[in-house]
Amino acid sequence: MVEVGIKIGLSITQIAVVMGVVLLTVMFLTLAERKVIGWMQDRMGPMEVGPYGILQPIADGLKLFFKEDIVPAGANKFLFSLAPILALVPALIGFAVIPFGPNLTVEIFGVQFQPFVISDINIGILYILAFTSIGAYGVILGGWASNSKYSLLGGLRAAAQVISYELNVGLAIVGVILLAGSLSLVKITEAQSGWFWNWFIFAPPFPQLFAFVVYVISSVAETNRMPFDLPEAESELVAGFFTEYSGMRFAFFFLAEYANMILVSCIAATLFLGGWNAPAPFLQFHGSWANLAWASGVFWFTVKVYFFLFLFFWLRATLPRLRYDQLMRFGWKVMLPIALGNILITAIAAYLFPRG
Amino acid sequence: MATLVFFYFAGVIVLTSLLVVALRNPIYSALSLLIMFFHVAGLYVTLRAEFLAAVQIIVYAGAILVLYLFVVMLLNVKREERYHQQFPIGAFLGLTILTEVLLLAYHRSSANEPALPLSQAARTMSNGQSVATGVAPAVGNTETIGEVLYSTYLFPFEVASLILLVAMIGAIILAKRDLFGEGKS
Repeated sequence: MVEVGIKIGLSITQIAVVMGVVLLTVMFLTLAERKVIGWMQDRMGPMEVGPYGILQPIADGLKLFFKEDIVPAGANKFLFSLAPILALVPALIGFAVIPFGPNLTVEIFGVQFQPFVISDINIGILYILAFTSIGAYGVILGGWASNSKYSLLGGLRAAAQVISYELNVGLAIVGVILLAGSLSLVKITEAQSGWFWNWFIFAPPFPQLFAFVVYVISSVAETNRMPFDLPEAESELVAGFFTEYSGMRFAFFFLAEYANMILVSCIAATLFLGGWNAPAPFLQFHGSWANLAWASGVFWFTVKVYFFLFLFFWLRATLPRLRYDQLMRFGWKVMLPIALGNILITAIAAYLFPRG
Repeated sequence: MATLVFFYFAGVIVLTSLLVVALRNPIYSALSLLIMFFHVAGLYVTLRAEFLAAVQIIVYAGAILVLYLFVVMLLNVKREERYHQQFPIGAFLGLTILTEVLLLAYHRSSANEPALPLSQAARTMSNGQSVATGVAPAVGNTETIGEVLYSTYLFPFEVASLILLVAMIGAIILAKRDLFGEGKS
């Protein structure tokens, strides 16, 4: 009985730490995005709140917290309140299977405990795919329940876009799963240890470079980010599906978008860039420092995740928004054939040259 | 404990399935269908079929139901009255199927047959262990399904994929009206 109690206590602590880190990262990202885009456009970004504007996220948070909560007339109250929660929960729940650091098992009070992954389930990657697809409901229902034509159009666009690009995400991942021979994110990362040419983006027998490109583009589309932010295109639809939302409900959608960005960055880092593995064995703590290897593992994982997050900002500052028909044609007629071809060639290569 | 969990999932499945057809607002129907899919996935997890559970959510909740919602929202049906005048036919069909289920359940309990063909396959893979204790831990649930699908059930699997291919081609033909004409599609 005591053991179960300790287990539950450890799990809750772990979940609290991961959620805390994710939410702090979101806070940091809101500032980082405005600063990075500002610099790219030769502006300063936010400068007013605190030195160099570093307290801006706190000011934003306070503003959202104290803003009046408006439910538009004719809106479906129940679904209008449910939608932001449905958007946020799947985005946060996916972090349960992400390995943030090396696969260690420590024993605390006689209980086996993995400090760097909340739950290493054997279908980890499918679990994430399942819950990211649920996130679309929040957007669709929010758009429908608002009783506004802009919201409805945004919701419809989100539905079509998520279905089209989720398929590409799933197919791009299949090549990696074929090479790793497992659906567990911990095992997939362990299969990429050693030098950086063991990462699945470069790995023999067939580098997953095409799958990587398809995955990154599709995940940008799935998180509704520029240049695929048609569900919230401000020049066409005011603000898309969250036009009618204000205050904390809007904050939930906002948090969900950024949490999704972090989640897909974590998956991309884990699947294609070797997760916690350093690019070269001598770039992590080894020899007499070997018991600190976890610190370098977490460091490399963070670096890779931030690389992808920076990519998100970079794309937003660089590319104009796609037209709706271009978006659909690109997803179905360009990305899908590439992903399918990648699976075919990877399967043949993995059959002819099995990994040792 | 396991029985309690089963009856929770089964109860919610029955309740939400009834709500799907009973509710007047099609959006609420779709939402109760979503809750039902999750509880079916929960049943799969209690049966240690995690792969099926994940696929259940990805395919049904993640893709098919989103399409339903898409259509409902596109047509913007607020309340649907037309489909609630079929109560006599529905009741007749429901009663027939219910009788059938009860008869089958009675026969099964008296004959004491094995429940599912798949469980038989899983049993042979885990060397005579009973299904309830699960597949041998070395072989994951996903691998087992893959092995069985591409060995024991290879022919039905290929037939199913052929049917899907035919359906796909059919949908393309239907959508592209003048496939052999000159006009723009």
